[in-house]
Amino acid sequence: MSKRVAPLVVLSWLILLALLVAAVLSPQVAPHNPVRERLIDRLLPPVWTPDGAWRYLLGTDHLGRDVVSRIIYGSRVSLVVGCAAVVVGGALGIVLGVMAGYVGGRCDDVIMALADMQLAFPTILLAITIIAVLGPSFTNLVLIIGLSGWVTYARIARSQVLSLRETEFVEASRAQGGGPLRIAWRHILPTISAPLIVVATLDLARTIILESTLSFLGLGIQSPTPSWGGMLSDGREYLLTAWWIATFPGLALMLTALSFNRLGDWVRDLSDPCLRRMELR
Amino acid sequence: MHPYLIRRVGRTLVVLWGISTLVFVVMRLSGDPAVLLLPQEASREDVQRLRHELGLDAPFLVQYGRFLGHAMTGNFGESLRHKEPAMQLVRAHLRATLELACAAFVIATVVAVPLGILAALRPNSLADHVVMSVALLGQSAPTFWIGIMLILLFGLGLRWFPIGGRGTLSHLVLPAVTLGAFAMASIARLTRSAMLDVIRLDYITTARAKGVSEWGVIGRHALKNAAIPVVTIMGLQFGTLLGGAVVTETVFAWPGIGRLAIQGIYNRDYPVVQASVFVAAAFFVVINFLVDVLYTCLDPRIRYE
Repeated sequence: MSKRVAPLVVLSWLILLALLVAAVLSPQVAPHNPVRERLIDRLLPPVWTPDGAWRYLLGTDHLGRDVVSRIIYGSRVSLVVGCAAVVVGGALGIVLGVMAGYVGGRCDDVIMALADMQLAFPTILLAITIIAVLGPSFTNLVLIIGLSGWVTYARIARSQVLSLRETEFVEASRAQGGGPLRIAWRHILPTISAPLIVVATLDLARTIILESTLSFLGLGIQSPTPSWGGMLSDGREYLLTAWWIATFPGLALMLTALSFNRLGDWVRDLSDPCLRRMELR
Repeated sequence: MHPYLIRRVGRTLVVLWGISTLVFVVMRLSGDPAVLLLPQEASREDVQRLRHELGLDAPFLVQYGRFLGHAMTGNFGESLRHKEPAMQLVRAHLRATLELACAAFVIATVVAVPLGILAALRPNSLADHVVMSVALLGQSAPTFWIGIMLILLFGLGLRWFPIGGRGTLSHLVLPAVTLGAFAMASIARLTRSAMLDVIRLDYITTARAKGVSEWGVIGRHALKNAAIPVVTIMGLQFGTLLGGAVVTETVFAWPGIGRLAIQGIYNRDYPVVQASVFVAAAFFVVINFLVDVLYTCLDPRIRYE
């Protein structure tokens, strides 16, 4: 295999770096206050169009808010909710998966039946139903999005543990008197971390898209806090007159998801080409 | 009947029970529908009377028992808003959703499988890179954004297709492409990797050595084995299509059960939500079951597990 890194991978790293800078340094990077309304400047087109102005690179929305600034601030919501949800789903999934694989028996049956049940449920419908009932707060959003993704982690962790359980180094630790918790934490978890990192990277694309979908439906981050999904929902009303409001946040979303997906594939190919099977999820 | 199938039917029933229970619990957490139904100036007695009529004053477990009993016969109660049986409403909207999901599924399969095979036959060629890049785009773009962009381009810009509602075949095009985009990408990627796995195997070399034509090798020998993972993902994708239809239906004002469920949520019309979520999930479960059965036909080894 050649050592050359594909250009798309480099591009993905750059996009994510830019995203990180935008999220962390929003106040420094953004040219305008993302929530300040200036009705006199409303629905201004992007700079390269005949009516565009340099003050607003990607134009303004129906309340005269700067689209660039809102996208920059919106990256915070996407990244924070996305990462937090991955942590929640990953932690639960890994714990349950390792338990199912290591303890086996009835415990395994119950956890896998739960996984089947979760997979049998259309995620988005579940998320919408629960958020609609509990209310769209930040915590609820993270919990729902995170919990809807635990199964993939659990399945990968379980299958890895099953193949590790009887290996010599685990047996050696057991012979030395290592308890199950110690073995799981010190020996199994470090060994199975590579495929789990792949899952987490791909899952980030999923959580970010799901967050924006819920925000789009009005069940996520609430206005006036800028979020990409919310911007798209605003822009939908003005498609005929102001195409830019809905176009650019969606582009940002797609590039972000694309980068995470591409990097996930890249890490997977690096660590183990046999893991291609994971596309089955 | 085969023991494997019996076990599988049992599991399907358990999942259906779990889903109905979850739906019941979640909707009961949402507050008192009797208060929401009545005008604000309604007296406490009015609320009590309505609660009694709706059976909301019974103990939780009794309500749950009633719910399960009714659910088994497809009775989810009367819509609080439309004053007709929730199941009837769902049935009236189901056709539209199935129509949309089937169209999306057909478009996705017809486009993705040949493209996946094409990419696998010439790995690392230009065609492979183009197909896989487009697939990656399709997997990364959010459904609702694809929908909005299609509306912008083909609806408002070129005026080729209507931008919402249901009726003629041309109404179906944009929503079906939108909904099918993600499935298309997944199926193309998986077809490619499954074909690549199979094409390396000895029996393919044997077939080639015997002088079987390239079409015969691909169509008769390779595709049959590569089909196993592909059929799985297609089954899963069809279920996802039914769930994902919520977003597409909202963007295109498509009168299906997804939109019905969303409206039910906004109106706190919980019988309608229960019925539509249950029906969508039931379809999903049953399709997965059928995929598993199809599996045992495609790959006899599974029966002996």
